[in-house]
Amino acid sequence: MYMATSDEELALAAAGGDAAAFSKLLERRYDSLFALCFRLTGSRAEAEDLTQDICAALPAKLAGFRGDARFATWLYRVAVNAAHDRRRRAAAHAKAAAGWGDQELDRRAANAEAADKVRWLRQAMRALPNDLRDTLALVLDELTHADAGQVLGVSEGTISWRISEAKKIIRAQRETEDRT
Amino acid sequence: MNDDDLEKLKAVMRTATPAPDDANKTANLALARKNFERFQGSVDALRQTPDCPETGFFREVRMLLNFLSNRVALAASAAIVAFGAVMLLPIGDALGPPTISANREAVTPEPVPDYQAQAGATAEVPSSADRVSAERRLRALSPTTASRDREDSTYVTEAVENKLQIVEPSWFSAEDRTEEFANANDNPVKVAAESPVSTFSIDVDTASYSVVRSSLLNGYLPPFEAVRVEEMINYFPYAHPAPEGDAPFQPTVSVSPTPWNADTKLLQIAIQGALPEIEDRPPLNLVFLIDTSGSMDEANKLPILKQSFRLLLEQLRPEDEVAIVTYAGTAGQVLDPTPARDRNTIHTALDRLYAGGPTAGQAGLQQAYATARGMTVDGEVTRVILATDGDFNVGISDPERLKEFIERQAGIGAYLSVLGFGRGNLDDATMQVLAQNGNGTAAYIDTLGEARKVLVDQLSGALYPIADDVKIQVEFNPSQVAEYRLIGYETRTLRREDFNNDAVDAGEIGAGHSVTAIYEVTPVGSPARLTDPLRFQVDEITSTSDELGFLRLRYKSPGTTTSRLIEQPVTADLAPSPEAGFAAAIAGFGQLLRGSNYLGDWSWDDAIALANANRGDDLYGYRAEAVQLMRLAQSLDQR
Repeated sequence: MYMATSDEELALAAAGGDAAAFSKLLERRYDSLFALCFRLTGSRAEAEDLTQDICAALPAKLAGFRGDARFATWLYRVAVNAAHDRRRRAAAHAKAAAGWGDQELDRRAANAEAADKVRWLRQAMRALPNDLRDTLALVLDELTHADAGQVLGVSEGTISWRISEAKKIIRAQRETEDRT
Repeated sequence: MNDDDLEKLKAVMRTATPAPDDANKTANLALARKNFERFQGSVDALRQTPDCPETGFFREVRMLLNFLSNRVALAASAAIVAFGAVMLLPIGDALGPPTISANREAVTPEPVPDYQAQAGATAEVPSSADRVSAERRLRALSPTTASRDREDSTYVTEAVENKLQIVEPSWFSAEDRTEEFANANDNPVKVAAESPVSTFSIDVDTASYSVVRSSLLNGYLPPFEAVRVEEMINYFPYAHPAPEGDAPFQPTVSVSPTPWNADTKLLQIAIQGALPEIEDRPPLNLVFLIDTSGSMDEANKLPILKQSFRLLLEQLRPEDEVAIVTYAGTAGQVLDPTPARDRNTIHTALDRLYAGGPTAGQAGLQQAYATARGMTVDGEVTRVILATDGDFNVGISDPERLKEFIERQAGIGAYLSVLGFGRGNLDDATMQVLAQNGNGTAAYIDTLGEARKVLVDQLSGALYPIADDVKIQVEFNPSQVAEYRLIGYETRTLRREDFNNDAVDAGEIGAGHSVTAIYEVTPVGSPARLTDPLRFQVDEITSTSDELGFLRLRYKSPGTTTSRLIEQPVTADLAPSPEAGFAAAIAGFGQLLRGSNYLGDWSWDDAIALANANRGDDLYGYRAEAVQLMRLAQSLDQR
């Protein structure tokens, strides 16, 4: 019966202390949140950890939700910030922070052709600096440039510029690949 | 790379993205919920600070809302009701989070959240899982919820059907929700020729209606499993004929057209309990067992609880006795048995109650019952009233022992009632199990208005039992009735043979209570019949009776172990009771909320019109309030 209630209404109810609304909301958004975490990290294990971080912090964060943005956009912003924090921590611990290095992805692919495609995706994502990669992850997640701009706190034009930069880098990287 | 590449990348990204791991998902959701609870706790602690200037103001707003939600309707012409419903919404919104401004200040000072520290909370997940599985075991003790958890088939016949109907709630598995609701799918349509006998236990609880109201006033539709239709119907007082002479209750059976189906009929069985004069009531001993855990420290919990008990005190006679035991926070006996005439002492003890402090794992429940035993003299009524927001850490952690303990105490005359306060952590399922085993009622108190209804207007019913283990059995006549369906009572189904088995527990009726059960009945030959007659099994209906069915009622007088039987034929020409219309409207309301598929195109408008046409005297405005809630649900349902 919650079906008729929008994410934003649930979020506001949850911000007001309604645990049932909070549960419903998170359950509704969990899978897409996890998908985004995967796209930001390129590793299933990292994505699980990141999702856990976000779930743990979300109740406190949610108090700051004022209903002036779509909840999905707001949640993506939380996720991107959490991913940044995680990268910073990893860097501080001198761990390799480069995303999309997880070769297990190729192995999970259904067949050789799919494995090739996934490898291509992985190498493309790896070739990008963090900000371009995050931007591309959001745009590949069907966000418009305007929404992605809201999530990352930059203008729509910046997003478009970053995407074209990302395309250039991926093209260059692919040409190197093709020559070898 | 061109845009084609971007599209390709998108497609590969989609296929490369794995699905989340189910176990992690469950654990993460549980973690989030736990932190949510903890976070709310810290916010609420903030709310209670005496130098917080908002508190007083918001309390007044809240009181105003309570006042409105119960009173607007009182005087109400339809126009005033419409106005009330419209103005309630904005106030409700402003009301919900009075602490937001305060909690933002409390929370925002962390510029870079320490995810490591947050992740530290993970360590708590297993212990909560333990607690939850203990609760699950506790629920398994209740026949009504057992089928959800149990694999063995000791609980046969009707329970087997129940088992098939049980659906897991949609947004969390039963193990990891904060709010637990006891419910099952709608009772199915039965073919009278195949299973002519329907048996169930009465249910005088009203908790479900209050939960529904609280959800709607907060601006969202309640989850379907929070809606128990019979508890909604039984929430309202009805003017049924009272019993004459020494009979503890009077059944009234009526047959009326079904509002949502022209081709079926509603068979209503209403039971009205006797209301002894106040001077004739036996002396009463009450032990308040109060949860003072930190989570009770919220405006709608402990403060309302104190107010509720003050209201209750006004209703007691001077010689009745009251004692207070607390658990889970500040612990122990805070008030020795005190006669109600000594009001100041009791009020002072109530005033001194506060939530929080160290959690003491002491035996609150045993202490409460020991106190109760000490107070009881022959012929007196003793009741423990457990008031909590969902923390059942009462001192006995083994659910089997807890259930046995409560049942044994009920057997020797100390009854248990459970009052739920606040939302968020409410464990409706455990409340139901405890109250059912303790021969008491479970009620949910969300406003002072509700406290008045439960503890003042219906005090006698809540505190003085007049009949125990009341069971209803209806045998339908297949020559007259093709199909039937019991509306509500999903959690109260009994096996056919349990009807005559006095060892099988069932619901109690208190003084002045009324209980209504509604069947939707499809007469033979009606186009509304949903099932086809069997082809290879020749119906051998030899009955030539024109009775629709036969009603059997069993009950025990309080304190006795042998049941008595009341029998009465149900004929088609029984006049509709004047109260049947409103009960039918509420039955429709509940089914609309549950998303039931037996209503056809019967709509919210129809429910509202039917309820309005049957408001009757409605001295306390309960029915007018129901109409408001229907209108609220209608607008929420359209979004």
